[in-house]
Amino acid sequence: MRKILEVKDLVTRFYTFDGVVHALSGVSFDLYKGETLGIVGESGSGKSVTMMSLLHLLPSPPAKIENGQALYYGDADDKPDTNNKPDADNKPIDLLKLNKSGIRKIRGGKIGFIFQDALSALNPVMTIGRQIGETLIEHLGMSVQQAKTRTIEMLEYVGIPEPQRRFSSYPHQFSGGMRQRTMIALAIACNPKIIIADEPTTALDVTVQAQIIELVQRLKKEMNMSVIWITHDLGVVAGMADRVVVMYAGAPVEIAPVDELYYNPGHPYTIKLLGALPKIGEKESLRLESIDGTPPDLLSPPAHCQFAWRCSHVQEKCWKIVPEQKEISSGHYAACLFDFADKTPIPPLM
Amino acid sequence: MVKRENMDTNSTGSTVSNQMTTGLAVDEKQETGFWHFVKYIGKLLARDRAGTIGLVMFVIVVMSAIFAPWISPHDPMKQNLRYAKKPPAWYQEGTIQYPLGTDNLGRDICSRIIYGSRVSLTVGFFGVLIASSFGIVIGLFSGYKGGRVDNIIMGGVNMILALPYLVFVVFIAAILGSSLLNVILIFGFTDIPIFVRITRGEVIKMRASGFVESAQSIGATSNRIIFSHILPNLIGPIVTIATFEMSAMIFYEAGLGFLGLSVPPSVPSWGNMLAIGRKYLVSYPWIATFPGLAIVFTGLGMNLLGDWLRDVLDPRMRRIKK
Repeated sequence: MRKILEVKDLVTRFYTFDGVVHALSGVSFDLYKGETLGIVGESGSGKSVTMMSLLHLLPSPPAKIENGQALYYGDADDKPDTNNKPDADNKPIDLLKLNKSGIRKIRGGKIGFIFQDALSALNPVMTIGRQIGETLIEHLGMSVQQAKTRTIEMLEYVGIPEPQRRFSSYPHQFSGGMRQRTMIALAIACNPKIIIADEPTTALDVTVQAQIIELVQRLKKEMNMSVIWITHDLGVVAGMADRVVVMYAGAPVEIAPVDELYYNPGHPYTIKLLGALPKIGEKESLRLESIDGTPPDLLSPPAHCQFAWRCSHVQEKCWKIVPEQKEISSGHYAACLFDFADKTPIPPLM
Repeated sequence: MVKRENMDTNSTGSTVSNQMTTGLAVDEKQETGFWHFVKYIGKLLARDRAGTIGLVMFVIVVMSAIFAPWISPHDPMKQNLRYAKKPPAWYQEGTIQYPLGTDNLGRDICSRIIYGSRVSLTVGFFGVLIASSFGIVIGLFSGYKGGRVDNIIMGGVNMILALPYLVFVVFIAAILGSSLLNVILIFGFTDIPIFVRITRGEVIKMRASGFVESAQSIGATSNRIIFSHILPNLIGPIVTIATFEMSAMIFYEAGLGFLGLSVPPSVPSWGNMLAIGRKYLVSYPWIATFPGLAIVFTGLGMNLLGDWLRDVLDPRMRRIKK
């Protein structure tokens, strides 16, 4: 599989009155073509900040990207005429070094973004059709008539009934699920290579959530996109992701294929997270496990493992070094000084 | 399950059958065209009595300004000292010839009020046009760009706002002299800060909202975000403030006229009429009363209309069915 996005050692800080918030301290991960990458973590762990840093969507000041690279390898099949020169067309673009007009072409055109709250992400005084059509006119240089035809197709494609009529509706006339579908249509209108979905199902009920997940999976397959799915919900990730990044206090603590992560978690944080999930068949009277303590304050965090305060396996050297990410088995990385993963192979899924 | 017979063909050539109607607001037929628009406005008006009254009052004033030469019973400038200080028609000494009486020079008050609406509306309309077009653009950029640009602009705006408004206006009027154009320019430019402040505040509120972020994430340019995403959201507050400022300008114009700093005394305007009437307030009160009532009438009409417009122009407030 071909890499489409490679994030290396991304460091983002917020310069506030209280001091410097170390929102991201060295985030690295890869995204392959056609895969779904789940990113899980609690609030404030830096999931959204990572994605917003990539697209320069953070307000600056206070945010500042201090270090890192985000290499985008997307253009290989955009230009069919350069296909016989693999070196030339596979030259990656560093998203973090792009200027204003460069990143604008990436946003929407190459990377689509789906927001959590579709109602506030849609302009209340513009019709749905105009909002989607505008993107098409801007990025693909379509005429108004072409854009309208395509918008109606997109609306139909994401499963909005009677798209001709809905074209001239306003967001407040839509239900929550329809709004989220509209958001998706907006994000995929220009055939992006990557879709970043920032907790798109958190505000929806479970049935609609399932429909939206199904929709994104279908679009991914049909349009040959990669998906980054940010969520709190380990259940959602288990069902749809190919690989998972677990983030804690501004850095990924574990990156693993989804089955590896659930059967062989390699970091104590992941182990505790999984332990906190209710399980079917468990005795009802049993209390759910919880993780003691709170996530650390990211104002000047000390130079040691950020999970040390809450870890039940903490040792003396945990308070001295920042653990590096190391590969504990093929494609499975964990940032812990110790190896927690069970070495027995995963039982085949039934 | 009710299924409609007609099938729609989309651009790809495949057919989709219409779904069952869901009973949402979306299912209402969205017609277009001029007649539908008129019918639609009629429906909205029928629900809002204050709006209807405001619209009627406003239309009366506008009509009298446009058709002044045809509807006024006399020449507003023509003096007839024989009939000077005639009371309105319902007094014993009054004649039906001068329905609202005459002033100290025997000019017909009714005709002068009708002609006076021209001055007031011109000042109000063009004054607000100048103030709002400059104010909105400055406010949009100030609010959206933020930082140093914002600080400098708001510094200037606050300085102008700190000046006592009427004294400032009187000062400029005294320097520039009295003509209709000068009055419009004075009101237009001294009113810019109000629009800047209102617009800037709304923009700052909106800049943090989801749809601006989402517009950025699909690659919209700053100009597009400012003019096609933020500006339409400002219509509500701007229309409200514009109608309010328009009636305020009419009041201030009358005030300037009262001080003799507005249009030349020969031109019939409500302010000039008040100024003349002041001397006779005790013995011949109608000379000042009727222009005063005209001012109140116009101001009230505009404010009612403004409130109604604010509701109508916001798609979220449009609900035909209760």
